[in-house]
Amino acid sequence: MAIRIRNPRDFWSGVMFVAVGALFAGISISYRLGTAARMGPGYFPFVLGAMLVLLGVVIAFTALKTDGPAVDKFHWGPIFWVLGSIVLFGVLLKLTGMLVAGVGLVVGASMGSGEFKRREVLILAVGLSVFCAAVFVGGLKLPIPMCPGFDYFERFSLCRV
Amino acid sequence: MELFSHLALGFEVALAGTNILYCLLGVILGTLIGVLPGIGPVATIAMLLPATFVLPPVSALIMLAGIYYGAQYGGSTTAILVNLPGEVSSVVTCLDGYQMARQGNAGKALAIAALGSFFAGSVATFLIAAFAPPLAEFALRFGPADYFSLMVLGLIAAVVLAHGSLVKAVAMIVLGLLIGLIGTDVNSGIARFNFGLPELIDGVGIGPIAMGVFGFGEIIRNLDVRGENREIFTKRVTGLMPTWKDIVAATPAVLRGTALGSFLGILPGGGPILGSFSAYTLEKKLSRHPEKFGKGAIEGVAAPESANNAAAQTSFIPLLTLGIPSNPVMALMIGAMIIHGIQPGPQIITAKPDLFWGMIASMWVGNLLLVVLNLPLIGLWVKLLTVPYRLLYPAILIFCCIGVYSINNAWMDVLLAAGFGFVGYLFGKLDCEAAPLLLGFVLGPMMEEHLRRALLLSRGDPTVFVTRPISATLLVLAVVLLVLVLAPAVRKKREEAFVEEG
Repeated sequence: MAIRIRNPRDFWSGVMFVAVGALFAGISISYRLGTAARMGPGYFPFVLGAMLVLLGVVIAFTALKTDGPAVDKFHWGPIFWVLGSIVLFGVLLKLTGMLVAGVGLVVGASMGSGEFKRREVLILAVGLSVFCAAVFVGGLKLPIPMCPGFDYFERFSLCRV
Repeated sequence: MELFSHLALGFEVALAGTNILYCLLGVILGTLIGVLPGIGPVATIAMLLPATFVLPPVSALIMLAGIYYGAQYGGSTTAILVNLPGEVSSVVTCLDGYQMARQGNAGKALAIAALGSFFAGSVATFLIAAFAPPLAEFALRFGPADYFSLMVLGLIAAVVLAHGSLVKAVAMIVLGLLIGLIGTDVNSGIARFNFGLPELIDGVGIGPIAMGVFGFGEIIRNLDVRGENREIFTKRVTGLMPTWKDIVAATPAVLRGTALGSFLGILPGGGPILGSFSAYTLEKKLSRHPEKFGKGAIEGVAAPESANNAAAQTSFIPLLTLGIPSNPVMALMIGAMIIHGIQPGPQIITAKPDLFWGMIASMWVGNLLLVVLNLPLIGLWVKLLTVPYRLLYPAILIFCCIGVYSINNAWMDVLLAAGFGFVGYLFGKLDCEAAPLLLGFVLGPMMEEHLRRALLLSRGDPTVFVTRPISATLLVLAVVLLVLVLAPAVRKKREEAFVEEG
């Protein structure tokens, strides 16, 4: 009898839980488990990891017996542009400071909307970056780098809004 | 009476010049976020957390609380005018509120929603003031075993009230508990599950998780579904004042909604979402004209709106008395308190009475501000809804990124949040509700700590959980809840209740 996945959403959730649970339980073993009275660092996470594996198995097996909707298509475009530009922001923040990072984030993320208009996006990017610099660094005095890595520029007031 | 002297102290704090300003700022920001579909209060509070660093703790918490209940008000505005729930808790308001708007009664619906919410908020504030102190006093008697059992009960209640599959919700909690354990183990000093990254030695912050799963994940999901047709009732918002007949029709619904919402808000895992759904169902059951529901019944707006606001307020009770969050927003409030150097728990009332009573009084002040401000400002909110999403989400993203970075000034947190964004998107695709995960995440380290302490004190004897009366009672309650939910009759009811939300 061929096995058929009748509830894909639940089945793959189950697989995910098994994988993550096994990962955590596996790593826990390398820490000291200890006894119930004197628990080591591995005790509680090992129990939880094992529980997660068990739950995952139950979920995956139930998904073979009951019907459910298919997993919707993944839209890789928005995923790539939105998450990619967030990563870019994190990296640029360290290298070039907030103004450049902000422009990069807004431009990059806008690519994901599928209705990219160059002029509009540029105005939005510059406007938002300057606004955020003024509010968060100028107004709230949060210690966000404006343009680190460029010692030369740091002497100018722009970098110390 | 003691209660009044406490409330007097509270109002003194809440009405002090700067605090009332931050309360105002909080409710306006909250309404703004509530009006915008696609970004919820969890992401907003995480985003604005760093902005409160410069404030004294009282002002910061007053502002954050304001954002939370402001969002409940804002959510209903969008629901009524655009038929889009600004917040999950206003999903049911769409049903009758939008129909009222289509019949030209948008103003009435908005007014009833606002007044009902204000009434509910006032009652809930009073309930907190009356019941929190005795509860906190009782909580001081809790030992480690009792705390552990309380958390078990809380997490089980969260599962029972979550929609969708029970087993999946339990699995999400366990996953959250595990993620919460990442970082240094306080007892042994060993860094656990940090995968060799020094940035993870202090654990994963609540900011990256909340922002990633509830903010970024949501934005990508919104980009999936594009080209929705929105019919906005911008020009027809006239006749704000409800007639006497409307008030007579709405009053019992408001009263019932308030009672139900207040009760459900206290339960761990409850909160505004469940409150509004159950209040709507109850009204429909009790009504002599159930066929009018879904076609513009004023009770269908009044009850859920009162209930979600009451629940939003009373969910502060477990937070302020036990230090245990009842929903994801409260989990973030715990994070905020810790960042501001306040240890949440029953000792807050006696150790920081100005903070405790100031926050409570500010809730009432905030609700009043919302009623006074919101009705005139509706035009502005409606304009905001006409801003296309392609301009809105980059703005939300940049605020979120700056927020995540600023919580610890760690760029690694931004990268982590991006990772959790994908995880959140995946959860959405697989129908895994994320709220239980966040609760588990916050409770993970606390649970482990209390479990260890309890078993250390009992010398490894696990019966300590059933021999201590408080702990035993809590565990019995947890079992009863589970049995109730697994019982076929209730199970069917629960499924029915959640079908309504479509």
